[in-house]
Amino acid sequence: MTRWLPRAYLVLVYLALYIPIGVLVVFSFNDGRTGYRWGGFTWRWYESLFSNDAMMQALWNSLWLAVSAATLSTLIGALTALALHRYRFRGKKALRGMLFVVMMSPEIVLAISLLSLFLLVGVQLGYFSLLLAHVTFCLPFVVITVMARLSGFDESLPEAARDLGASDFTMTRTVLLPVIMPALLAGWLLGFTLSLDDVVVSTFVSGPGYEILPLRIYSMVRVGLKPEVNALGTLLLVFSLLMLVLSQWILMRSKQ
Amino acid sequence: MLRGLRQPFRTGVLVLVWTWLLALVLAPNLLVIGASFLTRDPGTFLSLPVTLENYRSLLDPLYLEVFLHSLYMGSVTTLVCLVIGYPFAWALSRVAKERQLLLIFLLIVPFWTNSLVRTYALKLLMATNGLINTGLMEMGLIDVPLRMLYTEGAVIVGLVYLLLPFMILPLYSVFDDLRRELLMASHDLGAGRFSTFIHVVVPLTLPGVLAGVMLVLLPAMGLFFVPDILGGSRNLLVGNVIKNQFLDARDWPFGAAAAIMLTLAMALLLFTHRLSQRRLGEEAEV
Repeated sequence: MTRWLPRAYLVLVYLALYIPIGVLVVFSFNDGRTGYRWGGFTWRWYESLFSNDAMMQALWNSLWLAVSAATLSTLIGALTALALHRYRFRGKKALRGMLFVVMMSPEIVLAISLLSLFLLVGVQLGYFSLLLAHVTFCLPFVVITVMARLSGFDESLPEAARDLGASDFTMTRTVLLPVIMPALLAGWLLGFTLSLDDVVVSTFVSGPGYEILPLRIYSMVRVGLKPEVNALGTLLLVFSLLMLVLSQWILMRSKQ
Repeated sequence: MLRGLRQPFRTGVLVLVWTWLLALVLAPNLLVIGASFLTRDPGTFLSLPVTLENYRSLLDPLYLEVFLHSLYMGSVTTLVCLVIGYPFAWALSRVAKERQLLLIFLLIVPFWTNSLVRTYALKLLMATNGLINTGLMEMGLIDVPLRMLYTEGAVIVGLVYLLLPFMILPLYSVFDDLRRELLMASHDLGAGRFSTFIHVVVPLTLPGVLAGVMLVLLPAMGLFFVPDILGGSRNLLVGNVIKNQFLDARDWPFGAAAAIMLTLAMALLLFTHRLSQRRLGEEAEV
């Protein structure tokens, strides 16, 4: 009993986690008109998705936002991680504490606080406000990823490089960068995904001029069932899966 | 080392990150705290006088009921996650190491996929003309479709579905650290299975339980899109109230007060978590 019961339990929970996703994927190819009976295979919903201009525009907006938010947060996050790892300075604890607070606070609290700020200061709601918000909630995750990498870093390597006559620039390029590169890539991918999937914060800080994908999906799924959403969901699923495999692969390879 | 990157670099980095955090984290949060003590104004959102009225409104029976209902749904969600997640994490920590990596990977895949889409997938199953009803009717088990959507249960199922990995991961981490020698020692000293569980396993995994509770309970009160998609208008979360106050009713001070209550709840949970960790730390040293 002690051998198969735990395994059966694991399988059961995984089934519960994956069945809804599986159903979504299968039904994105369903040609049935009424209800949820299987009515044959079709690409119809994908075609209608790709011919929907507003949807495509939202997709590009989202991708561009995710790329820029991930890049900016990786840049700032990596520098912050380096500073935290390397220097002693006043307020170090406060800095760590603040990043921790950002990570732990309920998303909705972050959302309303940013909305209040933007409206008070007069930042127009749109791409720029979304970018500021997304970088803010991605930042702690990048810092943690890079810090984890730096903590296992052999401190004597840069010293050796310098003793051998390397300039700071050369040392950074040839020793430091290759070491933290996997963490930078993993952090970037994490930021990209967080940004692409965010609903809560984006609901508050986006404006009518810049529609992004999650909000478009949100308005579609609130009322009824729409087969296009199955198709879109399947595409997003495949895309996230690729990103995840990529980031795991980068991290695994760097460990060897 | 890296002395080479010299002071200007260091100063630059620190100024950059501090500016970012002060402007986009500290300032907005202070703003919300301030707003919660001000009066609603249709034109400028906020105006004087300073008041405690917003906090008193939170105790208004109408809202109090919504908050308690939200807390109730959040607590049930957390409990269900714990009941499913605790044995799951234990079983996971017993699997061969190479397989564990794959299983954990499978656990975080959903975390990387759009949560709206996953919530929608549940709707697909539970709708009146959804898969479960269609299937049951075709099998002749029921004549009339079951009403699953737009119920309290649907919201709880949705929240559990989205948040379960957040309960499992911290639990897995404590189970993974649990040294088997301790269990054997307990057994050798004459403790039975049940007694070992209560006196050894439970105390040692408690920090994981608390971390999991924290990571599930708070989002479970804020994820406003879950009731929107699955729960109808009667099963609201605190998140829905905050969102309505800010985006629809435009009553910022009241929305801010509700948000602050949520933040205080977080602080309380964090504090408890810290305390339990410290206590355990001391015991381990003795």
